Amino acid sequence: MERRTIFAGWALPAAFVLPQLLLTIFFFLWPAGEAIYGSLTRQDAFGIKTQFVGFENFVDLFTDPLYVESAGRTVLFCAAVSFLSMGVALLLAVFADREIAGRGFYRTMLIWPYAVAPAVAAVVWLLLLHPQIGMIAHGLKAVGVDWDYKINGGQALLVVVLASAWKQVSYNFIFFLAGLQSIPRSVIEAARMDGARGWRRFRTILFPLLAPTTFFLLVVNLVYSAFDTFGTIQALTQGGPGKSTETLMVKVYRDGLVNQDLGGSSAQSVVLMLGIVALTVLQFRFVGRRNSS
Amino acid sequence: MAGLVLRDIRKSFGSVPVLHGIDLELASGEMLVIVGASGCGKSTLLRLVAGLEEPTAGAIELDGRDVARLDPAERDIAMVFQNYALYPHMSVFDNMAYALKIRGLSKADIAARVRETGEMLGLGPLLDRKPRQLSGGQRQRVAMGRAIVRHPKLFLFDEPLSNLDATLRVTMRAEIKRLQRRMGVTSLYVTHDQVEAMTLGDRLLVLHKGRAVQLATPMEVFERPADTYVAGFIGAPAMNFLPGVLSHGGTAVTLDLGPVLVFADGRRAVADGTRLTIGIRPENIAADPDGLELQVDLLEPLGSETVVIGRLPNGELLSVKVPKAEAPTERMTIAFPAAHLHVFTAETGLRLDP
Repeated sequence: MERRTIFAGWALPAAFVLPQLLLTIFFFLWPAGEAIYGSLTRQDAFGIKTQFVGFENFVDLFTDPLYVESAGRTVLFCAAVSFLSMGVALLLAVFADREIAGRGFYRTMLIWPYAVAPAVAAVVWLLLLHPQIGMIAHGLKAVGVDWDYKINGGQALLVVVLASAWKQVSYNFIFFLAGLQSIPRSVIEAARMDGARGWRRFRTILFPLLAPTTFFLLVVNLVYSAFDTFGTIQALTQGGPGKSTETLMVKVYRDGLVNQDLGGSSAQSVVLMLGIVALTVLQFRFVGRRNSS
Repeated sequence: MAGLVLRDIRKSFGSVPVLHGIDLELASGEMLVIVGASGCGKSTLLRLVAGLEEPTAGAIELDGRDVARLDPAERDIAMVFQNYALYPHMSVFDNMAYALKIRGLSKADIAARVRETGEMLGLGPLLDRKPRQLSGGQRQRVAMGRAIVRHPKLFLFDEPLSNLDATLRVTMRAEIKRLQRRMGVTSLYVTHDQVEAMTLGDRLLVLHKGRAVQLATPMEVFERPADTYVAGFIGAPAMNFLPGVLSHGGTAVTLDLGPVLVFADGRRAVADGTRLTIGIRPENIAADPDGLELQVDLLEPLGSETVVIGRLPNGELLSVKVPKAEAPTERMTIAFPAAHLHVFTAETGLRLDP
């Protein structure tokens, strides 16, 4: 049954909605509008003159090999982070779903990293992987790996992928665990009676029944890795060495705030915004379809 | 087909004992119904046989092989679940084919067997549907089909009809019985429904608080219940119980109400004065102009018969089943025919035979 509250006037409902509206206006609509306007203009080096240039910034963007390269790098980064964080989370969730001693403790511990701020998480990984003082770095060097992510671009990318994925594992874990627990026990028992064990049972029963959760998480993780990892990357590598960890988000920051190309940076923001819109629409359509069936 | 033997099966969850040593022997092709109130351990017993739980002690022999510690996959037992437990993401065909695929049968064999079973259950046109597109009765059939198609050594039924409406339940009950006869598969059937128990079972096992109280054919359980629990559980409306003491050298009972009833089947070999519980079914109580007076409290018309719930002179409730035409309005007088008395020792509740 649908629950509806009927208000006598419009003042009270308006007052309820107002705070959220204000937040949306000041923190989303206004800056987004500025970005769209900015993406259509170009400023001189001193910020004195602003000139309207139409879609020139966008044309420049898509013809810039550095931008295309960064886009490719971002796709790789997002795929790696999503795959790694979801894979590890699923594995942990499958184990946590079993009846094991101390699983309450185990589950709580797994949820903690989600509460850690990106910069703090980055520092933790920095301390572990730092070429001179990192524990893991020492171990790697001891077994003959030439570890220095401050020079080696591939290693730097690996570091930011690891740190970003680690932070998202908790979130994915919670959803996967909830998804697993909502699968009726009797269906799993029926599969056991039918002779399905271990990996086969997972592949043919559990994983297909987790598909809605997996799809939801895939979208969330893509959004996270594309847009929410700036803090982690900035704290770990600042997009370097060179441009080897410069994702689109880092590039917006570098071009706009470091290199002061406000028009070009705004155009990049608008492109990213469209990306978010597309992913959100995809998510809503899918969730909507699932609920109506 | 195989026989099943349970030897001293015990199960505790933590420190709570649920089953206190169950012994059982099923002949090949036999259908045994395990019946009892909720919490008596009947589902646990079934899950132990299935391999979904491990017994704390005891042996489960299927076809002469102890399977108590084996994974369900190694037992070759099929189970029909209460909520059907169909695989929601698979079609009816795939639901039924799943176990066969795991056993590595060829595609052609699988298709042939699934189609044959599907036809037998009238599922032919539904094979491509998903479970959510089926009605409750159809899902029930698919669950049966999934068990049958495997040709297992043993069928387990865990209250398979309890989610169906009353009409469908009666139809499916008959169908299960027919199928089981036809396939000749040894079966264990768990239910709390006494009508299902009476109609389906070759034999009944009545469980009470984790103990086997009686193991016998349905008619024997009905006619000679082993104790007051079984007597009250099997039969509807439930059997009446009246307190009394053994008297006249063991040949009669003096009811606390006053009347003396002479046993039709002979002398009980215990001392006079032993407290007894006399059971008599509502349909066996006779109207008798010289009998005890019963004040009508409530009438429950069942169609051709009416159940009279009345108060005895001492205020106790008693139910009597009478033909519709003979239903009283305010009071009736009754007698307890000696041939239909069930005699139990009051202290233990056990049946006391001559």
